[in-house]
Amino acid sequence: MPDPFHDKEEEDTLSSCKPLSFPVKYRTSSPPPRHATPRRSAPTAAWLSAAAENPNSEILITPCKKMLSSVQNPRILLLHCRRSKPLHHHYAKSIHATPLARPISASLPTSQIQTIQKSILSREKTTRQFTEEFLNRLRLTEPHVKSFLHVSETVLNEADEIDRKIDRNEDVGPLAGVLVAVKDNICTADMPSTAGSKLLENYRPAFDATAVKKLKESGAIIVGKTNLDEFGMGSTTEGSAYQVTANPWNLECVPGGSSGGSAAAVSARQCVVSLGSDTGGSVRQPASFCGVVGLKPTYGRVSRYGLVAYASSLDVIGCFGSSVADAGLLLQSICGHDKLDATSSKREVNDFTSQFISKDYFESQPLKGLRVGVISETLGDGVDQEVVSSIRGAISHLEDLGCSVTEVSLPSFSLGLPAYYVLASSESSSNLSRYDGVRYGNQIVSDELSSLYGGSRANGFGPEVKRRILMGTYALSAGYYDAYYKRAQQVRTVVQKSFKAALDSHDILISPAAPSAAYKIGEKKNDPLAMYAGDIMTVNVNLAGLPALVLPCGFVKDGTASLPVGFQMIGAAFDEEKLLRVGHIFEQTLQGYSFIPPLIADEFIS
Amino acid sequence: MALTLFRGIQTRPLLPYSSAFSARKHVIFCSMQSTQAETSMKTKQQAPSNFTETARAKAVEKVLKDYEAIIGIETHVQLSTTTKAFCSCAYNYGSQPNSCVCPVCMGLPGALPVLNSKVIKCAVMLGLALNCKLSMTSKFDRKQYFYPDLPKGYQISQFDIPIATNGYIDVDLPLEFGGGHRRFGITRVHMEEDAGKLLHTGNRSYSQVDLNRAGVPLLEIVSEPDMRTGIEAAEYAAELQRVVRYLGVSNGNMQEGSLRCDVNVSIRPIGQEQFGTKVEIKNLNSFSAMSRAIDFEIARQAELYNQGKDDEVVQETRLWEEGSQKTVTMRKKEGLADYRYFPEPDLPEVILTEEYVNDIRDSLPELPEMKRRRYEEMGLTMQDVLFLANDVQVAEFFDATIAKVSDIKLAANWIMGDIAAYMKNEKLSINEIKLSPEELSELIASIKSGTISGKIGKEILLELMKKGGTVKGLIEEKDLVQIVDPAEIEKIIDKVIANNPKQLEQYRGGKTKLQGFFAGQVMKESKGKANPGLVNKILLEKLNA
Repeated sequence: MPDPFHDKEEEDTLSSCKPLSFPVKYRTSSPPPRHATPRRSAPTAAWLSAAAENPNSEILITPCKKMLSSVQNPRILLLHCRRSKPLHHHYAKSIHATPLARPISASLPTSQIQTIQKSILSREKTTRQFTEEFLNRLRLTEPHVKSFLHVSETVLNEADEIDRKIDRNEDVGPLAGVLVAVKDNICTADMPSTAGSKLLENYRPAFDATAVKKLKESGAIIVGKTNLDEFGMGSTTEGSAYQVTANPWNLECVPGGSSGGSAAAVSARQCVVSLGSDTGGSVRQPASFCGVVGLKPTYGRVSRYGLVAYASSLDVIGCFGSSVADAGLLLQSICGHDKLDATSSKREVNDFTSQFISKDYFESQPLKGLRVGVISETLGDGVDQEVVSSIRGAISHLEDLGCSVTEVSLPSFSLGLPAYYVLASSESSSNLSRYDGVRYGNQIVSDELSSLYGGSRANGFGPEVKRRILMGTYALSAGYYDAYYKRAQQVRTVVQKSFKAALDSHDILISPAAPSAAYKIGEKKNDPLAMYAGDIMTVNVNLAGLPALVLPCGFVKDGTASLPVGFQMIGAAFDEEKLLRVGHIFEQTLQGYSFIPPLIADEFIS
Repeated sequence: MALTLFRGIQTRPLLPYSSAFSARKHVIFCSMQSTQAETSMKTKQQAPSNFTETARAKAVEKVLKDYEAIIGIETHVQLSTTTKAFCSCAYNYGSQPNSCVCPVCMGLPGALPVLNSKVIKCAVMLGLALNCKLSMTSKFDRKQYFYPDLPKGYQISQFDIPIATNGYIDVDLPLEFGGGHRRFGITRVHMEEDAGKLLHTGNRSYSQVDLNRAGVPLLEIVSEPDMRTGIEAAEYAAELQRVVRYLGVSNGNMQEGSLRCDVNVSIRPIGQEQFGTKVEIKNLNSFSAMSRAIDFEIARQAELYNQGKDDEVVQETRLWEEGSQKTVTMRKKEGLADYRYFPEPDLPEVILTEEYVNDIRDSLPELPEMKRRRYEEMGLTMQDVLFLANDVQVAEFFDATIAKVSDIKLAANWIMGDIAAYMKNEKLSINEIKLSPEELSELIASIKSGTISGKIGKEILLELMKKGGTVKGLIEEKDLVQIVDPAEIEKIIDKVIANNPKQLEQYRGGKTKLQGFFAGQVMKESKGKANPGLVNKILLEKLNA
């Protein structure tokens, strides 16, 4: 029969989960039988932030040594620790001194992945050299940006291993030596995975998410786990139970969210590329805020196995890069069917790399004939004027490239936001039921079952998560289901149809990625509705399950400095290839902008 | 229930071997205790049950003059698939706690279910066997509630579009209960996953969770409220057990919990259209318990109505207590539980094609009802029919035997007589005895052809069941061929008559009953090999000569 459900050959899949393999992992932890997760030793991120506050403290030396002794000469390290204070001043100065949109003529984004691959294979530079560059930058910027919840201690060892393989002429994979940061709601067996929640503090998964497994198979080095709004619920990364991540462009601003840590890490070049997750815009909005490329693939393109579920029918693992090519190459290595995710697509995946040709080979009007639809509802009231002008700039650039641009109306656009919040909350209220403190996570011991549940959940979840669980529980309750959940599903169908119609007559649709650029930390923290409203540009795409690419296209003034603005291109389902092609050409031909944040700009100018 | 003292619920899925010595010790203790409890229950129950049996039967009989009982049954059948419903864990009943688990069935963060297609196959088979209408497009839903044995906080089930609906099952009631044919409606059949198990400690200071059973596929079968007596209900459940065993989708074992029945009982005065308040009964571990529990419940409710205490019949869940032969309140329902069902977003819809369904329909085995009708047409009595069709293995044995033997009744008698008795004594199933259907037909043929006598046949049968071998081999080995040569029989008879002159005199003096004595002596002399017909014929001639 034509196999609508997975025709799981039972014997065949026996090997896939290996139920016996993971208890072994926990056997090493002697005392805590209940949570069975070994305590994390002094978290790296905590050390890094301590360095910022207290750079000269002698206390620092010990953790520094401890953490990095296996990594490099402790003396060099000590130097870094001592130096961090003056560096801090230096950066702070450079941030305020940065002029608006500094024109750096020669700095078109290049694919760092391709550069690394070329250099290490030609032995021009070692993996270790690249890795040290990134680690040094990470060490210097992390106290300010705080994008990581955990930094791997084995990064340099892994780099050396790749160098050894190259020496032995062994195959190293397309992402060899590429430092990838992974959002902390994506499971990694060798690192904690907290999803930004106190409830999962010290939780170590028994398995790697499929995306992570594929990354490792491609030779990538997982540099660490990035900060996020708890369980991906938020748009600023302030909702993390652990720390607030800053926007590398202005440390007083939010990086966006919920994948704020992953976006900031790429923006500050703490890693080459990173994985995020996008349920309602959580990759695209922070990409816009941090001036990096964010790619939300089609629903089903990337396996969700190992992604801590927020809203299962909307969740997608997405990619961040400092160039379209990097985001595309990252997607290339993680996408494809996975028999562990019944919603992952069996569709063939094309080779994206052919799209990333050098601009020297572009024709004069490389996008001639491309039909671009500007979603008219996204440039009206409620959208920051400077954002609108940036988008208009991008539109005229697309026209210069040969596109025929027309306005297209999606009347259902404004319905998407409430429908999204009903559906996402409903699904999350169910998905988060498993955090009951019984099998893992922090348990609040009680004599009575209901207070064990109540206590563990009240103690473990933050306010935004509780709010969404309550909303979702309400929406699914008997008597309200039809008015909320069912109605929202109807809206979802309408949204899907209107996108389908618009994409029948256009190759891509464009809109801003967010109604504004990054705002100040704390600005919307106590106004959830204002924060939800910021998702207006992105949620519809999740409802329709379509792929979208956000790339930086301009700046808005932020006092004397500037903040990046991104625009969103939406494509037809499973047509990531077209988005990447258009995005690459757009990026490689956009003159007069550099999207390297001032925090680290000096290094890149020199 | 014992949920008030949860000083820390603990799962130990991750430490099955290491420091969990105390836990393991405890678990063993637990299971020992439960076996003890079971056996003590059994011994207890036997004595009083004879007494209560008659009393209850009388009480129910009396009640049913004024009241009509309405009985509906929800049955959970555990499917015997190689792996669980949504992950690739194997499940074996009685395994070490938390040894058949993986991230998926433990509900770890990030784990996702993937449907085992065998579950669909089993559901379609049962749906067809129960004459249901199949939903060509159905889906899974989440049924949400918190309980420590439910790792995800929701059960993957089917809510508004079950895979099969609107069927029926045909039942022949046992003769000792009056016999008769009944048809009971099936409301729906749907697929879902099982939950784990809680092990409560002796001192109740904490409980442990065993997730081995979590995620094991179940089919829930909901009947129409068509049953009227405990016997009908028990027979419905027994037929369902036969059907799942015939189909091979489940072992249907009630003791292991592979077949679990929850019964809803209400009564109403005869003639009244409106239903009475229904009560759910759980913990029914055998068909007879089901029948007894229902009869008890009917009598209990009637008693309350008779006393005018109508309001004391409340919607509740009651437990059947085998020891006291009573139902007792487990929990009262305060309104309907809100399970907040919604479509399972992690699983695609289940879409069946005509071709798939037809293939399954064509490969269905002969079902118990069809088998019974066929046996009936073959001329067997209802008693024989019910016996032979009850157990699929016995039925298959019988069918294989009669494939080569023309005397069906004889084959049935052998199976129901000597073979059944032997199986019962040795506690063996028909597939475990050494006798093959082919040898049974050979044996029957040998008796019919006169090669051996029936008596010898019985001896050989015992030998065959115990040690195996062939009929021919045994006959030759033991020189058991029947003596059919009249001359040889005559010789033996002459010898016997010569040796018993006194008896001969008495016989000829009118005591003709002594013919039996002579026949016995002849058989003894021939070591049972003489053909009895010939012996009688020649003996009579000689005696009366």
